[in-house]
Amino acid sequence: MAAHLSYGRVNLNILREAARKDLREFLDKCAGSKAIVWDEYLTGPFGLIAQYSLLKEHEVEKMFTLKSGRLPPADVKNIIFFVRPRLELMDIIAENILSEDKLQTPREFNILFVPRRSMLCEQRLKEQGVLGSFTNIDEYILDLIPYDGDLLSMESESAFRECYLENDQTSLYHTAKGLMTLQALYGTIPQIFGKGECARHVANMMLRMKREFAGSQTQILPVFDTLLLLDRNVDLLTPLATQLTYEGLIDEIYGITNGYVKLPPEKFAQKKQGEGGKDLPTEPKKMPLNSAEELYAEIRDKNFNAVGAALSKKAKIISAAFEERHNAKTVGEIKQFVSQLPHMQAARTSLANHTSIAELIKDITTSEAFFDNLTVEQEFMTGVDTDKVNTYIEDCIAQKDPLLKILRLVCMQSVCNNGLKQKVLDFYKREILQTYGYEHLLTLNNLEKVGLLKSQITTRNNYPTIRKTLKLWMEDANEQNPNDISYVYSGYAPLSVRLTQLLARPGWRSIEEVLKLLPGPHFEERQQLPPGLHKKRQQGENRTTLVFFLGGVTYAEIAALRFLSQMEDSGTEYIIATTKLINGTSWVKSLMDRPDQQV
Amino acid sequence: MAFVTANWNPLGEAFYRKIELYEMGWNLKDGLRDCLISAAPYGGPIALLREPQRRSPSARPQLEIYSASGSSLAGFVWKSGVVKHLGWTVCDDLLCIQEDGTVLIYDLFGSFKRHFSMGNDVVQNQVVEAKVFHSPYGTGIAIITGAFRVTLATNIEDLKLRRLPEVPGLHEAPSCWAVLTQDRQSKVLLAYGADLFILDNTACTAVTPPGLSPQATSIVSMAVSFSYKYLALFTDSGHVWMGSSNLKDKLSEVETKVRTPPKQMTWCRRPKSEQPSVVIMWDRHLLVAGKCRDTIQYHLDDDSVLVPELDGVRIISSTHHELLQEVPAACEAIFKIASMAPGALLLEAHKEYEKQSQKADEYLREIKEQSLLGEAVRQCVEAAGHEHEPETQKTLLRAASFGKCFLSNFPPEQFVSMCRDLRVLNGVRDYTVGIPLTHTQFRQMTVQVLIDRLVYRKLYPLAIEICRYLKIPEYQGVSRVLKHWACCKVQQKEEADEVVARAVSIKLGEAAGISYSEIATKAYECGRTELAIKLLEFEPRSGEQVPLLLKMKRSQLALSKAIESGDTDLVYTVVTYLKNEMNRGDFFMTLRNQPVALSLYRQFCKHQEQNTLKDLFNQDDDHQELGNFYVKASYKEKRLEARLSLLQSAVDEYSKAKNEFAAKATEEEMRLLRFQRRLEEDKGEHLMGMSLQDSMQILLSVGLHKQAEQLYKDFRVPDKRYWWLKLTALADKEDWEELEKFAKSKKSPIGYLPFVDVCVKRQNKYEAKKYVSKVTPEQKVKAHLAIGDLEGAADAAIERRNEGEISTVLSRCSTTTDRAVVERLNRARSGATKK
Repeated sequence: MAAHLSYGRVNLNILREAARKDLREFLDKCAGSKAIVWDEYLTGPFGLIAQYSLLKEHEVEKMFTLKSGRLPPADVKNIIFFVRPRLELMDIIAENILSEDKLQTPREFNILFVPRRSMLCEQRLKEQGVLGSFTNIDEYILDLIPYDGDLLSMESESAFRECYLENDQTSLYHTAKGLMTLQALYGTIPQIFGKGECARHVANMMLRMKREFAGSQTQILPVFDTLLLLDRNVDLLTPLATQLTYEGLIDEIYGITNGYVKLPPEKFAQKKQGEGGKDLPTEPKKMPLNSAEELYAEIRDKNFNAVGAALSKKAKIISAAFEERHNAKTVGEIKQFVSQLPHMQAARTSLANHTSIAELIKDITTSEAFFDNLTVEQEFMTGVDTDKVNTYIEDCIAQKDPLLKILRLVCMQSVCNNGLKQKVLDFYKREILQTYGYEHLLTLNNLEKVGLLKSQITTRNNYPTIRKTLKLWMEDANEQNPNDISYVYSGYAPLSVRLTQLLARPGWRSIEEVLKLLPGPHFEERQQLPPGLHKKRQQGENRTTLVFFLGGVTYAEIAALRFLSQMEDSGTEYIIATTKLINGTSWVKSLMDRPDQQV
Repeated sequence: MAFVTANWNPLGEAFYRKIELYEMGWNLKDGLRDCLISAAPYGGPIALLREPQRRSPSARPQLEIYSASGSSLAGFVWKSGVVKHLGWTVCDDLLCIQEDGTVLIYDLFGSFKRHFSMGNDVVQNQVVEAKVFHSPYGTGIAIITGAFRVTLATNIEDLKLRRLPEVPGLHEAPSCWAVLTQDRQSKVLLAYGADLFILDNTACTAVTPPGLSPQATSIVSMAVSFSYKYLALFTDSGHVWMGSSNLKDKLSEVETKVRTPPKQMTWCRRPKSEQPSVVIMWDRHLLVAGKCRDTIQYHLDDDSVLVPELDGVRIISSTHHELLQEVPAACEAIFKIASMAPGALLLEAHKEYEKQSQKADEYLREIKEQSLLGEAVRQCVEAAGHEHEPETQKTLLRAASFGKCFLSNFPPEQFVSMCRDLRVLNGVRDYTVGIPLTHTQFRQMTVQVLIDRLVYRKLYPLAIEICRYLKIPEYQGVSRVLKHWACCKVQQKEEADEVVARAVSIKLGEAAGISYSEIATKAYECGRTELAIKLLEFEPRSGEQVPLLLKMKRSQLALSKAIESGDTDLVYTVVTYLKNEMNRGDFFMTLRNQPVALSLYRQFCKHQEQNTLKDLFNQDDDHQELGNFYVKASYKEKRLEARLSLLQSAVDEYSKAKNEFAAKATEEEMRLLRFQRRLEEDKGEHLMGMSLQDSMQILLSVGLHKQAEQLYKDFRVPDKRYWWLKLTALADKEDWEELEKFAKSKKSPIGYLPFVDVCVKRQNKYEAKKYVSKVTPEQKVKAHLAIGDLEGAADAAIERRNEGEISTVLSRCSTTTDRAVVERLNRARSGATKK
């Protein structure tokens, strides 16, 4: 099912299998038929670990969504609540249990906390008088979920908001725990680098946990050579920019959630002969997006401008392959051809799908609005007129374009100018409040708190220095045959990835000055390996680095890291981990406060 | 060696043997008569209560606890009520079930641990009979009360009393009964005369064992096997019926020719054995019944007790301790007289080899020719495991080792682990330890549990030796034992805190993965708080320290430890605790010194206690957050007045926070709300809650231009935005006349291209043309193109001599219809390039 997880440099299927084993063990603890009541937020992440079939094998007969009131009827022995440890959810569970029909045969209640059980929640259940009703209370430690062959995600949407806005470091604790689990399976990671306050905190917790569990160390040859922890707020700029890789654009336009995208169905209507006039599907088409699909793995990280050529090349190969049948003369040749048919047909379907998606995206990228927006973004990133009110933004507000687009642009200008002049900032804020409503005062306040918006008071604009030293803008980015990571944004090289690249070669010592300009401390730690586990590197063998983005990572950044892994002389391969896959829109959205929409 | 089979008795296809485990070390004057006695399975301890019925205060009964070899572990005078039954828990605790349903728990050194009651029903009706049983859920108790109802608890650690349904017509004690575990449920099987009932949670079902001999009029005794899979019934006709405990199959029925009800009956079947067999005991008579009609009979010299085990039955008398079991297949194959099994031949070969006889070679050849040498070695190793005598074990292992020499690539694991296991087993079987485990039992029990048992008996050095010998990872083995040792050590009250703490830290210093917090908890439970705190300092896991620190009321320390651990849930826990423990002022002060805890608590309040949140901000003089708080609150208010007053509070707070922008913006919001209300009253337009921009747009679209104008002025809306707004509003209405007037009202701050665009967007080229001329030269080409005027676009482009624009226009021309224009443009372009 998840073969694509095993192909990479590091076999992430081990992690997935470990997670599945734990799940099965828990399910078997509750013998007999069962119904699962889901905290809706968890269904997506769980889909990456286990499909319904696995649950069914373990006698899960029904599934419900957790909501207040009475539980739906189900003739099962066990009711299992799969929930995050949140107080508001505990109240709903208590309500469910208290309103259970007393006349029916009693059902056994179980609760599975994901990713960790919480005393606070159990206390709440006790206060509600239902704690005694549970047969099993358990935790399902699901911190890092294998998302693709080289990608792990905690799928924690609010991690950035919690860490940087609310000063709630729960997700960092889970991160540290997740990294400990990872080390239990893949060996101790000898070197830890990091940049940022949160990175420091996670590293401290990891080192402490290692001390605490001294003695229970696993004797596994380390798979990872280096761990790099990066705070998202070290690089606030990158997620704000529009991603220009194929996968990045799919995410920007349609949004990828838990590895799936929902697309407008019209383009995917089955065009079979004889049923031309059939109804068009109305449900959005849901497609998995991962490296299990050969073609997608090939084009996902390309700049969108290079995707067309790749698709047509692929089309030629596939039709040539189908033409082969005319050359098949002997029975043996025909047999060989037939044996390849399923694979070829899958390739053809895949090609058709991606051609449709590319067409959908092209309609948007060729529009004037997209072009204008991109032009402004690139002006900001190159430092053109970042210190005054931008007419394009002004016009967009006047025409009431989506607020998130405006916020992205304004934040970007602020970041590229190391803060806006008070007058300029106030102008934007006022325009936004008057146009979109005063309730956004809170959102603006949040953006200021996390540093996405700020007023330039004393400090000089240091962005140009950072840009020049780290070569964040490459004038002649080659989109077709890239030679630098800047291709993912057609010119802009993501800061986070540049830092990663420079760490591998020549090392951070060369950029001490710039590192000091970026927020938070940078550090290096070494973890002692048990004797006998020191890796003897073969000549020419690449190093493996795990890059952990605390607070989210974009698909374009991932593309850039994959590009680095594939570069012939890079010498390092990257595995990426993050709290959540984000894009500018979803990220800024997570920072919004909507008092008018509260219940 | 020659006498290995001396104590074998055949029964059907199999043999049974009775071996002596110990000569009992106790000295019982009156034997086992008039005793309540209970021995724990897996070679566990034996409890003995003499003359339990004796009530006179001058001569109270004596409770004694012995190891399986009969050495005394504890003994004391029983001062509580009348004991009806004794039993052992799965972790070797003694259960004393009293007549009134009270259950007292003692450890195996006779220290009282706790007590509980089996419920009111039992208190009222008294205990008639009780049974202790073991299942995967722990140790359970079943009681038949004076009202002849059954009360049952499956796990005494998690006491849930169940009263089973009534048995119809049962007015006296049942003739016999048993507890079994089936389908994750504990059930009771109960016989009353010839009737048999199964009681579960919900129902009492009458059942009939298939093929039970018809002569019987009453079932007088029953026994359930160790695994709960099999059932044996003894009837008044002297028949033993054996079958599956679900009463679906009959395995055999044997006539014993004894009609007296037996004193005890137990199963004696080893796992995977072909033959079902039970052991039945009368006063001086023991009988083994199996599948065939024959039985094995033994005479007993003394009063005895049967203790069922996984793979046999132990027989304890006042002088001896024996094990009766089916001879394991491997032993039978090797030792049966005239056996030609490979193992037997290998043993013979080795004997000859030791005698330096060439016959050794002959035997060996014989096995090798059949290529059964591997099998022979395996047999010898397995048989060694089942033999009790170290000498026999050694002989068999030597033979195995000899055989191994002639095999290449024979996996050594089995041999090595058997040698290790036997060394451990012989160690614990030793008289001084007195745990007579068989190898089968040991495998089932696991090393971990065995070590636990040794620890429980305070045999720390032996436990540590075993851990080291078996190379158990430190944190599972030695460390765990040391922890228990430390827990025991801290209870020795005669030693000073300092001394104990030092002793503990010295012994435990090197060991990995020690949980000091558990040791400290123990110390605290013994009332040694100071010692507990000293010990906690050794605990590397700060998270582990928290619960105990809270218990000891060291909450401040607990808070810093929780924060140190990074586990936010733990921090929350301490915070909640502090909140309940301290007065509000102190609580807030404490939080103030711990920013991590403070922000977590804020998060908590945000979702759970809005008002506390306000107090928190107040105490910190956080005016900015207070302002935000009021703004948020204002959106929850339906009534405008309340809303305005909250917003006013927000304005005040923002001003105090010196956030002029926010203060002003909020004032503006109030102004807008007031305006919207007025408008609602005057004109009936519902604008409440809309943004300023949306309000103006609606006003324009319904023709309330004056009011829109007023908002524009009052709120100092930038001209540009207002022009855009009015422009689109008028175009939406297709009010072209008004639009033209607007365009002429003054110079447009947004230029005139948007005018062209909105008209074109609404398919009105005629109107659009009016504005083309007004467009700035830079946008001329775009404007002409927008209305589809190629000529005009061309003119403009040529006039501006802009190559880019010329190309743009060219790209829009078709070569067939617009030939003239194309030519003109091309000329202009070449002209431009020349220059």
